Amino acid sequence: MRQYFLLTKKVKGWRKKVAENMVTEYLIIGNSVAGVNCIAGIREMDRDGSIVVISDEDVYNYSRPLISYYLGGRLGIDALSFKNEDFYKDNRVELILGTKAERLDIDRKEVVTSKGVIKFNKLLIATGGRPVIPAIDGYAEDIEGIFTFTNLSDAKRLDGYIKRKNIKKGVILGGGLIGLKCAEGLIERGIQVSIVEMSDRLLSMTLDKDASLFIEEMLKNKKQCDVLTKETVNRIMCDGKLLSGVTLSSGKNIHTELLIIAAGVRPDITLVKDTFIKYNRGILVDEHMRTSVPFIYAAGDVAEGKDMITGNNSVIAIWPVAAKQGKVAGMNMAGSDIIYDGLFPMNAVDIVGVPVISFGITNPSETDGYEIVKERRENIYKKIVLKDNRIVGCIFLGRIERSGIFQGLIKYKIDVSRFKDELLSDDFGLLVLPAEYRKHMVRGEGIEV
Amino acid sequence: MVKPRRILIKEEYCIGCRLCEVYCITQHSPSKDIIRTYKGSEVRPVSGIYFEEKGSVSFAIQCRHCDEAPCIENCLTGAMYRDEKTGRVLHNRDKCVGCWMCVMSCPLGVIKIDYEKKKVVSKCDLCIDREFPACVEHCPNEAILLVDEKGERVEKKSG
Amino acid sequence: MAKAKNIAEFIIERDEKKCIKCQACVRVCSNDVHNYDEETEEILSDNIKCVGCHFCEDICPTGALTIRRNLSETKENAHWTRDYIYKVVKQASTGGILLTGMGNDRPYKNYFEHIVLNAAQVTNPSIDPLREPMELKTFIGRKPDRIIYDKTRGKYILKERVTNLLELELPVMFSAMSFGSISLNACKSLAKAASASGVYWNTGEGGLHKDLYPYADRAIVQIASGRFGVNVEYLEKAAAVEIKIGQGAKPGIGGHLPGEKVSEEISLTRMIPEGSDAISPAPHHDIYSIEDLRQLIFAIKEATSYRKPVGVKIAAVHNVAPIASGIVRAGADFITIDGIRGGTGAAPVAIRDNVGIPIEIAVAVVDQRLREEGIRNQASIIAAGGFRTSADIVKAIALGADAVYIGTAALIALGCHVCQKCYTGKCNWGIATQDPYLTRRLNPEIGAKRLSNLLRAWALEIKEMLGGMGINAIESLRGNREQLRAVGLNEVELNLLGIKHAGEAW
Repeated sequence: MRQYFLLTKKVKGWRKKVAENMVTEYLIIGNSVAGVNCIAGIREMDRDGSIVVISDEDVYNYSRPLISYYLGGRLGIDALSFKNEDFYKDNRVELILGTKAERLDIDRKEVVTSKGVIKFNKLLIATGGRPVIPAIDGYAEDIEGIFTFTNLSDAKRLDGYIKRKNIKKGVILGGGLIGLKCAEGLIERGIQVSIVEMSDRLLSMTLDKDASLFIEEMLKNKKQCDVLTKETVNRIMCDGKLLSGVTLSSGKNIHTELLIIAAGVRPDITLVKDTFIKYNRGILVDEHMRTSVPFIYAAGDVAEGKDMITGNNSVIAIWPVAAKQGKVAGMNMAGSDIIYDGLFPMNAVDIVGVPVISFGITNPSETDGYEIVKERRENIYKKIVLKDNRIVGCIFLGRIERSGIFQGLIKYKIDVSRFKDELLSDDFGLLVLPAEYRKHMVRGEGIEV
Repeated sequence: MVKPRRILIKEEYCIGCRLCEVYCITQHSPSKDIIRTYKGSEVRPVSGIYFEEKGSVSFAIQCRHCDEAPCIENCLTGAMYRDEKTGRVLHNRDKCVGCWMCVMSCPLGVIKIDYEKKKVVSKCDLCIDREFPACVEHCPNEAILLVDEKGERVEKKSG
Repeated sequence: MAKAKNIAEFIIERDEKKCIKCQACVRVCSNDVHNYDEETEEILSDNIKCVGCHFCEDICPTGALTIRRNLSETKENAHWTRDYIYKVVKQASTGGILLTGMGNDRPYKNYFEHIVLNAAQVTNPSIDPLREPMELKTFIGRKPDRIIYDKTRGKYILKERVTNLLELELPVMFSAMSFGSISLNACKSLAKAASASGVYWNTGEGGLHKDLYPYADRAIVQIASGRFGVNVEYLEKAAAVEIKIGQGAKPGIGGHLPGEKVSEEISLTRMIPEGSDAISPAPHHDIYSIEDLRQLIFAIKEATSYRKPVGVKIAAVHNVAPIASGIVRAGADFITIDGIRGGTGAAPVAIRDNVGIPIEIAVAVVDQRLREEGIRNQASIIAAGGFRTSADIVKAIALGADAVYIGTAALIALGCHVCQKCYTGKCNWGIATQDPYLTRRLNPEIGAKRLSNLLRAWALEIKEMLGGMGINAIESLRGNREQLRAVGLNEVELNLLGIKHAGEAW
C-alpha cells in the first residue's frame, strides 16, 4: 500500500465548482474527522445516495492534530492525511474544496455557499471550532507575528514566518492541549518558548495538579521552555505592524516577535445563529446526533451533547468523540436508529515524551462523594476517581498500556468494589474483572472471543 | 466487508505455559527459527499477545480484529487500517506517530507500546504471511482456536 | 544416622544448545523441579523432586529435555535391588505405610506374553475385514436359558421378560475410576468418548457428578462399601449397576480419599461432608455372606424395576472360581473380575504388588467353572486388570471373557506416563488431581477424541485378528480356547488356562 500521498499535488476532479441547481441527498459541511466518518456511516447504510462534502480549506484530507508534528519537522506535509487518495472516489463523494457555507435556509433545505447554492435532503454540520481571541490591549488582526494554531494553513504560515524572520524565541498564550503541542513543535525547531497560562497549572481542563506538574517538569527540563502560571497577556506591543513584545498581568515584559494565541476554541455556530436550531455553546444534539431540526445533524467540535458522567451538556472536542459522532450521525442520516452512548471526555496525548491518557472527571471539585486512589512513583502517575464504587475518571501518565480497558469500565458503569485495590496494579488486566463482564467485553459488538 | 477469521479463547483450558508468546515471537522474527530467534543475534520482536494470570486462571489475549474497530476509527494518521482482502486490522509502523489514540480506544488494551521510539510496537496481525496463526497451531491444550466468520472452527490441514 | 538422603529416581538432561529459556518447564511442573535463577539467567533442575511424568519433556518447544532413569546408585544385587533398599530406608524414616498409584509393576509372569493366536491357513479361509462384515457387537447381561416366544401374524413376541442388556459396539469399556481419584475433566473425557464410541464407562465409587448427567445413559454406576453418591437419581439414570466387593490393585482392603482432596464438588457428588476423609471400609457393612449379597442384588433390582443389569465386581483371588460361581447363583447379571495388574489412585505398595492373581488365569478358570456348572449364560464375565493392546483383549476373550475394562490404558491415552504418584494429587497431566491449576490441562474435547481414537484403532486391529483366524463375529471367539496356544508354559498352567501348547494340533 502506498504509504504517503501528496496533499500538495493538484488532485484531479476534486476541485469542482458548485454546479448549477446542485441537489444532493446528503450534504456535509466540514471535511475533518467528523465529516469523513459521517461518509463512512452513510455508506454503511446507503450505498447509492449522493453525498456532497464542502470544506472551506483547500486540502482534501488531513489530520488536524498532526499539524504540530508538521511544525516540528517530524512529518512532511504528505504524511498528514488519514485517508488514502481513493477514499472519496471509492465512496462516491463529491468533495468541493475552498467553499464556505454562508447561510442555511431550513425551509427550502438549502445551503448558500461562497460558490453557489446546494439543495439537500439530509444535512450534517461539522464546522468544528474557531480559536478564541481574548480581548488584549493593543491587539489588531493585521499585526504580523501573531498566530493561532488550529489548522494547516496556520501551521504553514507559522512555518514560513519562522523561517523568514529566523525566529529564536516565542510566547504561547494558553497552556492547554493546543498550546502545549505547539510548544513541543517549536521546541523541536530549537525555538525558546514561554508558555503563559491563566490557571494554576497546565492542561487545567484535562489533568489534576500532580499530573500537570509532571508535564511542567519535563518541559522545563528541556531548558528551552519556561512555564508561567497564573499569568496572562495584558498588552501587546508593536513596532508599526510588527510584533515586538508582550506585557503579562504580573507586569513582566517579554520581548518577542512571535505570539501564538492558544487560549481556547469555540464551536463555530455562525451557520445556525440566525435559524431556530437550538444551540448553547455548541449546536445541541441528542443521542442520535440530531439537532432540534430532524433532518439536520451535527457532529464533532461544533456539537454539544450530554456528558454521560456528569449529566450536563458539553462540547467534547476530541478526535475519537468526533469520529464516533460523525459515524453515528451518518448512519442515522441514512435511516439507521443508533445512539452514541458513552459520551464523556477522553484524551490521549504525548507531550515532550510523556504519554498521558485521561478519561472523565479527573479533578473533582469537591471530594464529597468521590473516592480517589492514586499512585505516584518515578515517572509514573496513576489516578482513579470513583463515585459509588464506579469509575468516573482516571489519569494514566508514563505507563498507559491497557488503559483502554478503563473506558469500558466507565461506559458500562461497572461496580469495581470487588477489585478496587487492583486498579492501580501494574498487572491490571482483564482477569481482574468479573468473568461475565470480561467475556461480554470480548464478545459484544462485532468483537468476539 | 470481508470478515477476518478470529481467534477463540477458551480460558478454562489455558495451562499457563506461554508457548503462544514464544511462537508468536518466532513467527515474527527474521529467521522464523525458534533457536535462532532466542539464541542468535537477531533482534527479537515483541509478541502481539498479552498473557494474564491470576491464581489458577490464565489466558492469552491478542487483537480481536473487531468488525467495528475503534483503533482504526481513532487513528490520526491512518497507520491502523483494515486489510481489504482478509478483513484483518493491521498496523503500519512507518506511519505511526505515537499519538496513543488507539491505546486509549482499545477496550481490551491489547496494543503494545514502544516508549522509546514513540510508536505502537506490536499488535497481532493474525500471522499475515502464514496460513494458520502460529499461536493457535502450537497451543498444547487447544485453549485458543481459529474460527471462521460464522464462528465455526477452522482446523489446520495436516500436510 | 538420623537423616537419610532422598534418592533421585530420575535425572533431567537439558541440552543447552536447544534450551531457549522460555521457562515453560518452570511454569508447568507441579513438583517445582525446574527453577529460573534471575541473576545467572539459568534454569536449574532439582532431580530429587522429579517423578518422571514427562510433562516438561513433552511441552518443551525445542525438545531440549530428556528424562533419564537414575540407575547408578547401589551395587548390583538381584535380590536387594535399589528399589527394595530404599523402601526400607523410607519406612525406617517415616514409620508409615508406603503408598503408590497405578498397577502392579513387579515382573510376575505375564501370561499374555506366553499365549499366541491362530491364523487360518488352507483349511478355512481368512476373512478380509475391509471387504466382509465383521461383528464386534457385544451384549452384557443375563441371557436366559431359553426363550419362550409366540408367533402371531408373522411377528415374534417374547412371552418371558428378559432384562435389558448393555449393547457395546466393541467388547471394551472404561474401567471404574472415581471422581475424586481422577479429575472431573478426566471423567468427562471418558464419558464423552464412551458415548461417542458406543461403549460404556464406569463411575467408580465417586458418585455421579451432575455435569456428567448427559452421559449417564452410558454409565455403569458403582455401589461400593461407602455407598458414596448413591441416591435415587444415581440408580435411575444409570445404564447398569455394579456392586463393588473388591478391586485388583488392593484386594481385601477398602478405598481412602484423604480429606484434603474432598473439595466442595466432591463433597456434593459423594454426599459426604467437605474436608472429611472418604473411607470405604473393606466389607460392605451389610454383606457378610453370599446370602447377604443376593439380598442386596435383588434389593437393587427391585429398586430399578428389573430394568437394568446388576452385577458384582471382585478382585481375582485364589478361590476366584467358586466365588464367581456363588455370585452368579446369587443373581448377578454380570461379574467383573479385576486381576493383579489392576490400577488404583492410591494403595499400599505391599498390597498392590503382592495380593491377587493374574487376570488371564482368573478368566480362564471362572469361565471353565461356570460352563461346567451349566450357568455360563446367566452372567457376562468382564475382565479387567492391565490390558495393554488389542491382542491382550483378543486373548482374554478367547479365554472366556465377554468384554474387558481398560483403566490404565485409557489414562495413558489421556497423557498419563505411569509415574505412579497419583496419591500425591499433583498429577501434571491433570488426571489424578483436583487442583484447578492442574486439571485445566486436561481438555475433555481433546481427551475424548484420543480415547475414541484408541478404541477405533483397537477395533480395527481386533477385526484384523479375527479375520486372520477366519472368524467374522466376536461371539465365535468367546471362550474359544482352540484359537490359542501357549509358549513356554508348564502342564499345570496349560490345564488351568485350558489351552494346548504350541505345536499340538487338534
